[in-house]
Order: sequence, then C-alpha cells, then structure tokens
Amino acid sequence: MLATVLFLLGLAGLLTRRNLIFTLMCVEIMLNASGLAFVAAGARWGQVDGQIMFLFILTMAAAEVSVGLALVLQFHLKHPTLDADAASEMKG
Amino acid sequence: MLAIFYISSAVAVLATLMTITRRNAIHALLYLIVSLLAIAIDFYLMGAPFVAALELIIYAGAIMVLFVFVVMMLNIGEQASETEREWLRPRSWVGPGLLAVVLLVEVASLLSLRGTGERTGADVIASKQVGIALFGPYVIGVELSSLLLTAGLVGAYHLGRKVASKEGEIRDIDTAGSRAVARDSTVSAGPGRTSHAA
Repeated sequence: MLATVLFLLGLAGLLTRRNLIFTLMCVEIMLNASGLAFVAAGARWGQVDGQIMFLFILTMAAAEVSVGLALVLQFHLKHPTLDADAASEMKG
Repeated sequence: MLAIFYISSAVAVLATLMTITRRNAIHALLYLIVSLLAIAIDFYLMGAPFVAALELIIYAGAIMVLFVFVVMMLNIGEQASETEREWLRPRSWVGPGLLAVVLLVEVASLLSLRGTGERTGADVIASKQVGIALFGPYVIGVELSSLLLTAGLVGAYHLGRKVASKEGEIRDIDTAGSRAVARDSTVSAGPGRTSHAA
C-alpha cells in the first residue's frame, strides 16, 4: 500500500518535472518504493530474500546515481540549464 | 506499534509529496531525507533492522551527500549570498524540521517501549540470517553487484574526466568537482561492499 503510493508519487514527479536533478530524485523515490515492497513481502512470509533483494536494489541505486549525477554535470557544462528539454539536439 | 508504523508512513508520504512539488532543489532534498528516515523506521518496525541501518547509512548518508554536492556545485556563484540569506529564514527549514521531530518522537517511544518486549508482529530477521543467505545461494548476485559498482565507478570517473581534456583550464574548478564526485561514488560503494561482508 505505502510502497504503491510512494511509487506513484515518484512516477508522477518523473512525468511532470523537467529539472534533471528532480528527475534523478524521483527515480530514487521509485527505487526506494520497490525496495520497500520487497522488504514488506519478505517480512510477511518470514523470508530473508526480500532483504537481499533490497540490498541489490541499494547497490544499483548507488551506481546509478553516481553515473547519473556525473552525466548531469556534463550536461550542465554544455548547456547552462538543467532543463531536460534542452537535450533535444539528437533528434533525427 | 501499528500506530507508529502508520504515523511514519504518513510522514513518508507527506515528505515525498513535498519533495516533488518544491521548486528549490535543496528544499526538495531536505524533504527527501526526511522521507528516507521515515521509511527506515518502517523497515525497523517490519522486523528488518539491518536494512533500516543500511537505508540510513547509504541512502540518507552517501547518496544524499552526492545530491547536495552536485546541487551546490551547479549554482555556485550565481546568487550565493541571496541563497544564504534565504536559508537562514525559518520558512525554508521548519517543514522538514517538524517532520523530523515527529520521527524523533517515534524513535524515542520505540526505545522506551523496547524494555516491555512488545513487537510489531512480524518476526525479526537478524543480519546473521541475511549474511548467510547472501553468501549462500545469492553469491553470484554479490559478484554481479561488485561488477556493477566497479562499472559505475569507472563510468563516473570517465564522465568527470572528459571535460579536462576537451575544454582546458577554464573548467578546472568544475573538473575538480567532478573528480570529487567520482571519489564520492567510491565512498558510496564502500558501505555497499562492507554491507555484503557484514
């Protein structure tokens, strides 16, 4: 329940905001919500697998956010804005 | 216990809602940290204290430090003094502060309730079981995540370095910052590895 609400909030933020930093934050929220769902399922059935899946999600989030923030920096050097719509010069 | 669970869930949802509606990135980050703290309390109440500690250390510690670092690097020199004056106004920090005080009251009540032995109903899965399962049937996942962390580290370092060779000394400050980000990603990778070792 809570995981669903958090995931939907993150998705709504991802769809509405155009700032790259906010986009990354909303991805974090969604990953966190899915981890919460895993841990809740693991606690419901008394298994450790949910927590292990959360550990893997955590690792992936750390790697993703480091690469994503490096990309944001690179983008900011190229365009002096953080608007994701400015990165549209790759259209064919 | 159930009441504490629902209160911290409400705090998490409220803080997330405030996160995606703020215009200032630092304010959104403050609310996001409060949301992560509330979710950590939820993890503890669901019988996963190890995961709660990891959530605090890695999410609210390392990843949020990365975000704050990048945000502060991006709008350096623009309106720094104006921003400084803005932060000292109570309007900007009283909201996350109030939510954090709610969480603090919850933790205090949890600590005081602990002597009575009352639990939330879910069985506590200790970190020993997690470690045994992690290095038993899931050892290939540990290897794969170490590979992923190495790839993330190399990728962040490469993305930070490419500016130096292309743009020269003008971007020197910025590359120093990106290198610090790459170094910080090793910091956030460090607890991940030790968590697997724990």
